[in-house]
Amino acid sequence: MGADIRVENLNAWYGQTHTLKDINLHIPANHATALIGPSGCGKSTFVRCLNRMHETNPIARAEGTVRIGDIDIYKDAAPVEIRRRIGMVFQRPNPFPTMSIYDNVASGLKLNGFRNKRVLDEVVERSLKSAALWDEVKDDLKKKSGASISGGQQQRLCIARALAVDPEVLLMDEPASALDPVSTAKIEDLIFQLKSQYTIVIVTHNMQQAARVAEHTGFFLTGTLVEFDKTHKIFTNPSDKRTEDYITGRFG
Amino acid sequence: MGSLPIRSANFERLNKARRTVTDHFVTGLAILSTIVVLVPLVAILGYLIYKGASSLNFAFFTHIPAPVGEQGGGMSNAIVGSGVVLGLASLLGIPVGIGAGVYLAEYGQGRLLGNIIRFTADVLNGVPSIVMGMAAFALIVAKQQHYSAFAGGVALAIMMVPTITRTTEEMLATVPHAIREAALGLGIPKWRTVLSVSLRTASPGIITGCMLAFARVAGETAPLIFTAFGNEFWSFSLKEPIAALPLEIYKYAISPYDEWHRLAWGGALVLIAMIMVSVTLVRIFANRGVLKGGH
Repeated sequence: MGADIRVENLNAWYGQTHTLKDINLHIPANHATALIGPSGCGKSTFVRCLNRMHETNPIARAEGTVRIGDIDIYKDAAPVEIRRRIGMVFQRPNPFPTMSIYDNVASGLKLNGFRNKRVLDEVVERSLKSAALWDEVKDDLKKKSGASISGGQQQRLCIARALAVDPEVLLMDEPASALDPVSTAKIEDLIFQLKSQYTIVIVTHNMQQAARVAEHTGFFLTGTLVEFDKTHKIFTNPSDKRTEDYITGRFG
Repeated sequence: MGSLPIRSANFERLNKARRTVTDHFVTGLAILSTIVVLVPLVAILGYLIYKGASSLNFAFFTHIPAPVGEQGGGMSNAIVGSGVVLGLASLLGIPVGIGAGVYLAEYGQGRLLGNIIRFTADVLNGVPSIVMGMAAFALIVAKQQHYSAFAGGVALAIMMVPTITRTTEEMLATVPHAIREAALGLGIPKWRTVLSVSLRTASPGIITGCMLAFARVAGETAPLIFTAFGNEFWSFSLKEPIAALPLEIYKYAISPYDEWHRLAWGGALVLIAMIMVSVTLVRIFANRGVLKGGH
């Protein structure tokens, strides 16, 4: 099951640049939440703070409280443990090129020392089925490299890889922006199915996509969260003038 | 206005002719350079086979050198000795070289220690091999009061390290950042990411670097003069002086005897063959089970 996310007074910096300013937000469990906003508004930094990927950059730092379920991820646990509970899918598909499709999916378990072959087989099959990729690759699981399939398949492989470690939250940073419309539609269908089991946070530049997949939407601008509400409300009757300007295409 | 399309069509055609000529010229240059590189290589190899093949017989591979004036004899002890010294050098030099390269690429970026290691490796790469031999002599032979296979292995290992370190660093730098992020995002610890993702992705290039370093030191004579020293008899001990092909070739080639000259050619051919076989074997072994990426 998914966990909810409570963010309190979150601030983040890259070197001297203050990229996130006092973010307060509650993301409900087992729903999809979209984050929109112009390039450079901090929405990617925000999701990277949710699994402590932000701090893998030596000049980056973050302050504040992020609670996922009942753990305070900046206090109660090491970054490695947090990232096992919070899966991440990146903008460009990034399968491990030297590993087979099977090993890509199993990597999160295998490289953390899990060796039981029978369980691995099950997890790989279940994850690929959840990512709607099983039927397309089941005959080449160990024969083909993760990088040899199409871009859209690679992205679904990356989703399967993230699901295999059984996370509570799935962060998706513009997961379809490098894909063609057909592959994009498949990813959106997938988000629709997955949100019954996982809490999904999706960053997107595509407002129709936000409207299609997410129950809640947050609008970021220059490092602040301008508005957070039901997606329907954001797109039909936003309370903030800046949100309205952005969604009607007056800037950004 | 009416003349513009014609003029631009002319311009287009002229430009196209010039581009085609330039294209052919540059392609020709590349082919010419390849030939210039290959001719001496093939010539040397051909001449070696021509001169050396006739002195290769069963005894060459099974007998130790015959005393002066006697016919026959072989280089079996030198072949084995080269294997021992090179094996030891690889065993010491490859892990240290790769380890230092990993530090430079994954941990030492922008740090003082990283810059010192990088600078040292570059300087070490340019040090003449005879100086390496003297260093190993001073560090090991002089302390132990005798020449040894071990000292020879260490001298060659030190020569291998800078090449391997710098290649490893450069190959790791070509591994896309996105792939490292994928691993870290799965909650895989950094050391495991380096080992199973970064190094594995960069391994074809790193193996090439190791092979280059190996092939380079396999023919080194100077560092062995002060260390492995050479031996006319069988020895398998790391503590004793040991025979090596480059030393035998050197000794036989500058001798006044025709029979020894013949053996020197044979030795040179065997040395080249050993390098080619080991490089090929490593390549086959390393490519086994590797899945080809699509792009």
